[in-house]
Amino acid sequence: MLRFAVRRTVGMVSVLFAISVIVFLIFNVIPNSDPAARIAGKNANPALIARVRVDLGLDQSLPVQYLTMMKQIFTGQLTSYSSDQNVAQQIWKGLPVTLSLCIGAALLWMALAVWFGYLSAVRAGRFTDRALTILALVGISLPVFWLAAILLYYLSFKAQLFPTGSYVPLTENPVQWAYHLILPWLTLAVLYVGFYSRVLRSNMLDAMNEDYVRTARAKGITERQVRLRHVLRNSMIPVVTLFGLDFGAVVGGGAILTETVFNLNGVGLYAGQAIGKLDLPPLMAVTMFGAFFIVLFNGIVDILYAVLDPRIRLGEAAPA
Amino acid sequence: MPTPDAEVAVEGRSPWRLAWLRLRRNKVALAFGVLFVLIVLFCLAAPLWADHVAHTGPNQNHITDKILVDGHPTSVVSAEGIPLGPGLRGGYLMGADQNGRDVMVRLMYGGRTSIYIGVLAAVITTALAVIVGVLAGYYRGWIDTALSRILDVIWAFPVLLLGIALGTTLAVGGLRLGGLQISGDSLWIPILIIGLVYVPYMARPVRGEVLALREKEFVEAAVSQGKGPLRIMISELLPNIISTIIVFFTLNIANDMLLESALSFLGAGVRAPNASWGTMIADGYQTIYTAPHLTIVPGLMIVLTVLSLNVFGDGLRDAMDPRATIRTES
Amino acid sequence: MSPILSVTDLRVGFATDDGVVRAVDGVSFDLNPGEVVAIVGESGCGKSVTAQTLMGLTRSPNTTISGSVVFGGRDLTQLPDNELRSLRGEHIAMIFQDPMTSLNPVYRVGDQIAEMIRAHRQVSKKDAVARAVELLRSVGIPNPERRVRDYPHEFSGGMRQRVMIAMALALEPEVLIADEPTTALDVTIQAQILGLLRTLNREKNVSVVLITHDLGVVAEIADKVVVMYAGQVVEEAPLEALFYQPRHPYTWGLLGSIPRPDEARPDRLTQIPGQPPSLLDPPTGCRFAARCEYAFDDCTRLPPLRARRGDAGHLDRCWLTTDPRAANQ
Repeated sequence: MLRFAVRRTVGMVSVLFAISVIVFLIFNVIPNSDPAARIAGKNANPALIARVRVDLGLDQSLPVQYLTMMKQIFTGQLTSYSSDQNVAQQIWKGLPVTLSLCIGAALLWMALAVWFGYLSAVRAGRFTDRALTILALVGISLPVFWLAAILLYYLSFKAQLFPTGSYVPLTENPVQWAYHLILPWLTLAVLYVGFYSRVLRSNMLDAMNEDYVRTARAKGITERQVRLRHVLRNSMIPVVTLFGLDFGAVVGGGAILTETVFNLNGVGLYAGQAIGKLDLPPLMAVTMFGAFFIVLFNGIVDILYAVLDPRIRLGEAAPA
Repeated sequence: MPTPDAEVAVEGRSPWRLAWLRLRRNKVALAFGVLFVLIVLFCLAAPLWADHVAHTGPNQNHITDKILVDGHPTSVVSAEGIPLGPGLRGGYLMGADQNGRDVMVRLMYGGRTSIYIGVLAAVITTALAVIVGVLAGYYRGWIDTALSRILDVIWAFPVLLLGIALGTTLAVGGLRLGGLQISGDSLWIPILIIGLVYVPYMARPVRGEVLALREKEFVEAAVSQGKGPLRIMISELLPNIISTIIVFFTLNIANDMLLESALSFLGAGVRAPNASWGTMIADGYQTIYTAPHLTIVPGLMIVLTVLSLNVFGDGLRDAMDPRATIRTES
Repeated sequence: MSPILSVTDLRVGFATDDGVVRAVDGVSFDLNPGEVVAIVGESGCGKSVTAQTLMGLTRSPNTTISGSVVFGGRDLTQLPDNELRSLRGEHIAMIFQDPMTSLNPVYRVGDQIAEMIRAHRQVSKKDAVARAVELLRSVGIPNPERRVRDYPHEFSGGMRQRVMIAMALALEPEVLIADEPTTALDVTIQAQILGLLRTLNREKNVSVVLITHDLGVVAEIADKVVVMYAGQVVEEAPLEALFYQPRHPYTWGLLGSIPRPDEARPDRLTQIPGQPPSLLDPPTGCRFAARCEYAFDDCTRLPPLRARRGDAGHLDRCWLTTDPRAANQ
């Protein structure tokens, strides 16, 4: 088990290294114009451009530039060129908001997805299943930002049922915190509920044909026990691992759209604002942050898989 | 004596025919497939509509114009800046935007962009994914390791962030690859970005299938017949994974269109003067409280198009799944 | 002595996109207390479906079941689900062909046996697991105290099948249905498992219905043999009678296809030419007629299953009253 963990950690570090190189290449090498002017952003003046050139050592070789950039990121010295704010600080400030959004949405989507997926599988082919499948398909076809705008317009603006965006910190007022987050949670959850309920349904339908389910029935336990203890339990394993990956992706950057529309000042909104100004340091930092989160969750998911499936834990290869 | 008519002719049916028969039975999937085709035709008909019904182009401003609504002359854009809403008329069927442009015409032209990007990006993704997946799965060894590592790294990026990163950096100065020069404003930028970003999502399953197929006897047989690797890949492996590819391709178009609209909404996708459904939503969002139709209408088009692709792709997948039959006696 | 399980004219049909598959089309046999009845036939003949239908495992919206399966004075095909469920495991138990996939891979073996026990008895988990240890011991698994906490994939194939048997017999059922219990195992392990089944049959008086396609297995363990073909019973006889005086041409074909170590080595093994008929649209006459060397005009009518030659225990479904093979020799 230890060797497994060590190998995975080494793998993760090397992927992170590759990611940092790619981020560097994307932001510093790909663009085609004068690097300093480009980095300084849309509203740059000659003084700023000159400063950027010195700061990043653009007259030096690429590897040195890379090291300079990495040093700046790791020592938290990266500064936005359009607002003089320290990028690391801004990300740190935005983190609680993003986490509030993502964790709440994740709990909501998993609860709903398991419920709908289970119902769909158990009543496969009947009305409930068809209705839920249609809902799921519509759910995965909605652009997140559009759904957010629609909900905002109809439920906040017209019906006045919910506040129009902005964030209230949990420590300040838990009720308001939740109240302001209900629409964003719903928005973010819709897409994933659609996807996950179908994955669970598909897994459960496969599992129901498995021999061990037949054995369970032959033992004389109730149908409900068969469904929960055998079918659902085994079907959840791939779902949980998928969830780990998606959660990492959502925190890492999937929340941008929701935060933008609902005006929640999290990491995503910060990145969204930087796009408009073509302000590259924040984008660079957020991209690295996002990728890091995904890699981290990749590792967690692998460990989780071993915990849930004794075949992996005890050395046998995973079934295809 | 064994009777001659006992030799019932067993009509062999190829997997393709079986899949087609199953698909035919799925009326819903077929209906949505037709819907997608209709939407494409709708967008292709843009110039016809613009010339003969609306009598205006997608980029022509008519802020100060007045048209007849229920007999009353009404401003296309009111004095307070509120544009005309949808109504049953030839011009401005879906209303106007803040610049007085005809939303319906823009919808059709914008749709061409969105669908064009979605389909081309899907073609690129599929082509790359198949090449990478087949090579990695067939050769294994260091080729597989190298390709898989590259896929892992791309895959580690959140799709949206990677799209934004590439979208913003390439927008600044465009792309220069060897002798090839693509302007930052060209549609090829989002096409290439979206195409690239989804490669790992398709390449991995393809690789997995090739790895499994590789062990099967017919591949061994082909090798022992002296067929070279390329021939084996084309004549033995490809036909067996093509149903997976087709399903993935269809669903990929849907994902690509969603990604394009998200990127365009954020400003990292399609750029002015080009317009897509995503940019229309971005523009419309600015005035969502006063002119909601500008946000709602293009979004509905995206939903309809993506939904029809998803439902049809789902139906395709069910039709091609060999396990669709009931299990009886062992 | 009345039979403990009595199957009469059992028919099972599955509705598919292409029509109704008549998997079982008129199967009748009796299982007497303490008896081992083997149901033998080739793949697709309906033997597994018969076995599973006895316990109601084939019930679904797509399935039509008619006929009767009488156990303890009740027709199981008519029982509501919850009553059927209380019978399963407690009075009638079943073991399946592939022990690798028949046990849930994510639960410990002891817990799976305990689940069976606790479904029918009010015992604590601890007590149920303790009983599981004893059961494992009784089927010959060494070190049962430790192995009860192991997962299925940590056992070898033969051991897993022993676990299945232990689980099936946990509540001392009167009837055990074994669906090809040795097919997935190699030959030496097969012998052990059959030996175990025979011991349990003698010592615990468990009546057994054994499904198999292997006549060697039949010879090892069966008291009575039921031969199935294309969803119907074509011959039923006590073991010796079937092997030494088979009456149905299909049985002749089956027996003739076994290589015999005490005879000269033939150039080719005898095969029965042709394929079994489709169960979607079975022929109206004798279903074996198309492949039968001795078929004649009467064979266009389906022969009833009857004791044709005097002894009541030996039934066959064939119009022939004398053995045409004697004439040819």
